[in-house]
Amino acid sequence: MSTKYSVTIDGKTVEAGPKQTILDVCKTAGVDIMTLCYLEGVSNVGACRLCLVEVEGTQKLLPACTTTVAPNQKIQTNTDKLKQYRKMTLELFFSERNHICSVCVANNNCQLQNLAREAGVDHIRFPYIFPEAHTDASHKEFMMDHNRCILCTRCVRVCDEVEGAHTWDVMGRGYQSRIISDFDQPWGDSSTCTSCGKCVEVCPVGALWPKDAMLGHLKKSPEMVTELVHKRKHRS
Amino acid sequence: MSHAFNTLDQVTAVPPKDDSRIRRITTEINRHHKRPDALIEVLHVVQDLYGYIPLNLMTFVSREMKVPPSRVYGVATFYHFFSLRPKGEHNCIICMGTACFVKGARNVLEKIETDFQVQPGETTQDGKLGLQTARCFGCCGMAPVVVLDTDILAKVTPENIVGTLQEKIGNNK
Repeated sequence: MSTKYSVTIDGKTVEAGPKQTILDVCKTAGVDIMTLCYLEGVSNVGACRLCLVEVEGTQKLLPACTTTVAPNQKIQTNTDKLKQYRKMTLELFFSERNHICSVCVANNNCQLQNLAREAGVDHIRFPYIFPEAHTDASHKEFMMDHNRCILCTRCVRVCDEVEGAHTWDVMGRGYQSRIISDFDQPWGDSSTCTSCGKCVEVCPVGALWPKDAMLGHLKKSPEMVTELVHKRKHRS
Repeated sequence: MSHAFNTLDQVTAVPPKDDSRIRRITTEINRHHKRPDALIEVLHVVQDLYGYIPLNLMTFVSREMKVPPSRVYGVATFYHFFSLRPKGEHNCIICMGTACFVKGARNVLEKIETDFQVQPGETTQDGKLGLQTARCFGCCGMAPVVVLDTDILAKVTPENIVGTLQEKIGNNK
């Protein structure tokens, strides 16, 4: 059980356990990695591709959140190539849907916005798709705006794994994918939704928000869900 | 933007009790011991029996198999094989492969689109004719090729296709 081995992260040798992900090891070693779809407490899916790292011996860039460490692995987390890809990925997020920060409820409290600022995104090099996306105001407490959704699937995972309701899922494929509640019904009509609001708390952008939030005054706390998961673990 | 959500009525419509197809679906679900990972197999059976996957049967499958509604809908919309709309009484598939395309399949397609007011992947308003496109049936010598139900039509032109289709649809009246 106590098999520990060493891996090298950005030239620094650190100790790691067999089932740990690269991201976990980086966290304990104090190495900062950009993440977006990652949320401590729910499963990892490697959807956003922002935590990509370089591993010596493989041509591919690997997502740190879903890759487990191997003995003597040499990992690079902040090369020029990675910085360039991260910036590109963030720009692609902005070009895919209709992200207009100035009229967004999550303005200044948005993880996508913060990451873009951190990565130094000052303009988008890709043509905007301007897809036809709808908003859903049918729920009595919350709103859903697909224009701002980045398909990180945090809401889907929290609803399934923490709340156990599985109201949300993803329909379609490719750029036509959309988050749906039940059979692509209005959220307010959902027979599975418990209105617990966990999806709203974990949404990293302004796609889900409580109706009483004012423009630019939205505060979310995804940590709440992480804490909840820990508390529940201690009970059992 | 307006979005055509599925309504509660569509989802909750109870399928008729005496429909023998329901029994077939139940048998299939039980054959897999209600295991949720058999969802795709069960959806295959539904599509086989109805020609598409009706919303109220998704509700039925979801309840019987204890698979969340959104998961059933997600799977049904992810795979192109599954259709959520009824197919036409007659189905017309136009080959858009290289040989057929060069030989004028586009003109044939456009003629059908305008004359029957139908887009590929859809069915005419009266439900008589479903239009689809495909990439190569493997008989390029007969280009442009159209498959009408079970018949293979060779060297089709925009002029003769309309007559053939009308004859087919009319025959069924």
